Amino acid sequence: MQTSQPLKPPVVETYDELLGPGETYSSVTARIGDIVLYPVLKTPWGWIGGFVAAGLLLMLYLYSLATLFTVGIGIWGINIPVAWGFDIINFVWWIGIGHAGTLISAVLLLFRQDWRTSINRAAEAMTIFAVACAGIYPLIHTGRPWLDYWFLPYPSTLGMWPQFRSPLEWDVFAISTYATVSVLFWFIGLIPDLATLRDRAQHPIPKLFYGLLSLGWRGAAKHWQRYEKASLILAGLSTPLVLSVHSIISFDFAVAQLPGWHVTVFPPYFVAGAVYCGFAMVIVLMIPIRRWFGLHSLITMRHFDVMSKVMLASGLIVTYGYFGEIFYSWYSGSIYEYFLIVNRIAGPWAWSYWALILFNVLIPQVLWFKRYRTNLPVLFFVSMCINIGMWFERWVIIVLSLTRDFLPTSWGVYTPTFYDWATYIGSFGLFFILFFLFIRLLPMVAIFEVRDLVHKTAQKAHDKEDHGHAGA
Amino acid sequence: MFKRKSNAAEAAPTAPATYGMMAEFSGTDEIIAAAESVRAAGYTLVEAYTHIPVHGLDDALGHKPTRLPWLVLAGGITGASGLFGFMTWVNLVDYPMNIGGRPNFSWPAFVPITFEGMVLFSAFAAVFGLILICGFPLPYHPVFNAPGFERASLNGFFLCIEAKDPQYDAAKASSLLTKLGATAVHEFSE
Repeated sequence: MQTSQPLKPPVVETYDELLGPGETYSSVTARIGDIVLYPVLKTPWGWIGGFVAAGLLLMLYLYSLATLFTVGIGIWGINIPVAWGFDIINFVWWIGIGHAGTLISAVLLLFRQDWRTSINRAAEAMTIFAVACAGIYPLIHTGRPWLDYWFLPYPSTLGMWPQFRSPLEWDVFAISTYATVSVLFWFIGLIPDLATLRDRAQHPIPKLFYGLLSLGWRGAAKHWQRYEKASLILAGLSTPLVLSVHSIISFDFAVAQLPGWHVTVFPPYFVAGAVYCGFAMVIVLMIPIRRWFGLHSLITMRHFDVMSKVMLASGLIVTYGYFGEIFYSWYSGSIYEYFLIVNRIAGPWAWSYWALILFNVLIPQVLWFKRYRTNLPVLFFVSMCINIGMWFERWVIIVLSLTRDFLPTSWGVYTPTFYDWATYIGSFGLFFILFFLFIRLLPMVAIFEVRDLVHKTAQKAHDKEDHGHAGA
Repeated sequence: MFKRKSNAAEAAPTAPATYGMMAEFSGTDEIIAAAESVRAAGYTLVEAYTHIPVHGLDDALGHKPTRLPWLVLAGGITGASGLFGFMTWVNLVDYPMNIGGRPNFSWPAFVPITFEGMVLFSAFAAVFGLILICGFPLPYHPVFNAPGFERASLNGFFLCIEAKDPQYDAAKASSLLTKLGATAVHEFSE
């Protein structure tokens, strides 16, 4: 049954359904499973090339981290007054990307949205790898990263405890919990698929590998019952968790009195921005993947259409936030808040504010039209713009507030150095190397959930036949 | 870990113990109907093996609702009360610190970490509870010996009557399952 040739079905785009025509239990299993069960020596060149490119970026990352650890954070452009620079921008950016995966896997499960099925596995993998990239920044930005265990409450010989009333300490708990729960949820979701791969693998090594990972799953009705309950509970836990994580990150800012930071609207504003950027990243990853691996019948145009709508909606919330910032800077009556907006719009860094408006507010408006929502090159371009725009949003919030605060005598400038860029661009190496390993070793689409979708689709068609139009 | 019954095989090398009768069905409706009928015929040790979760199958087989949610509740209460209590103890007893005259027991500031602790411990309870209750990891199980059982993770719907069932009789079980529309029926051993 296992083919050594890539399955390259003719490309038939599906616009209204979540599954291509004529898919069966066996066909979807083969289509997804065989991407993983390829013989090692027949790994596609594209994969090898991508893996090597990611490896080179990872080298850059390791080089910049090694320099950071040996020389110190003086290699970065941060100083007083701008003590948070690329480190925190990238941290917030990466973790925001991660949130879309949790949203797709957990929130859409609770709302019983079938369109999550073919994209949730890869989106969740994206979450975990993005959180890994994000988590490194707060660890390395401390100056003495070898003492980072001080973040954790343990009975130390210093006789001290972390400050539990600080949002920065809440962050430690929020992010470590988020990373742990995401990995657990992901693994639980993988178990039935690992069993499928165990049963399909011909070679003893993959058979052993997937056999051990699948824990001996045999699809017993009693196990399914517990499994579905556990999935639902984990989804119910992840939903408030993901909201709490980005809310707590926004508290890191809101707790300070700095103009532009000290606002109560930050939690929803940050969460919407995270979803916005995260969905954009899912689309950026999915468009090439479905093309390279011929997944047109599993990730259909309808998926892109729906994801674009979520992106548009969260983008509008973010846009509302931008207008809100302008409004309350005036309404507050505070000259510092007022000056902040003037500085953003017309100050020395005004171009970064207008880039943010262009990428996050203006360009994504094309998503109102279905024609562009289902035009993949356009969608890819818009999603890339949103990713860049959301990076600029964090730049504007962090750097522009810090460079010019209350006293003109304490104003300063911020110029990122080579190492700032290297730790940012290099982190893509970590992300993509993990992602390439993931698509090679694990099924990137949840096989059993797609089989369930095949079942549901067939049942729906069956009901339609039985009851005519009234039943549909 | 591999629980092959080597002792039994040595004692009676010709006939390893029969585990049960495995029947394959063509779809979800068929297997639910079959499970109901098999239970109605008085069999108690019956289990289904399917490649997708089949709703209603656990009821048809008489499986009680899982107690996993209670375990999760216990985990959540442990995590939340543990961390809240810990922070209270640190701030009131072990290391009280006067910050701008604010009360030591400033409980609203403890809420985020309490919440994260609740989520973390609930998730641990859900995941490790699931794994433990299901008896995993268990790489070997007798049902894997049933012919064609690799389809249970691909496209198959299987129903198994265990030989330990007091009513079990190979000929009767086989004819009942065939009568219920099984596409294939095999007796298999441990």
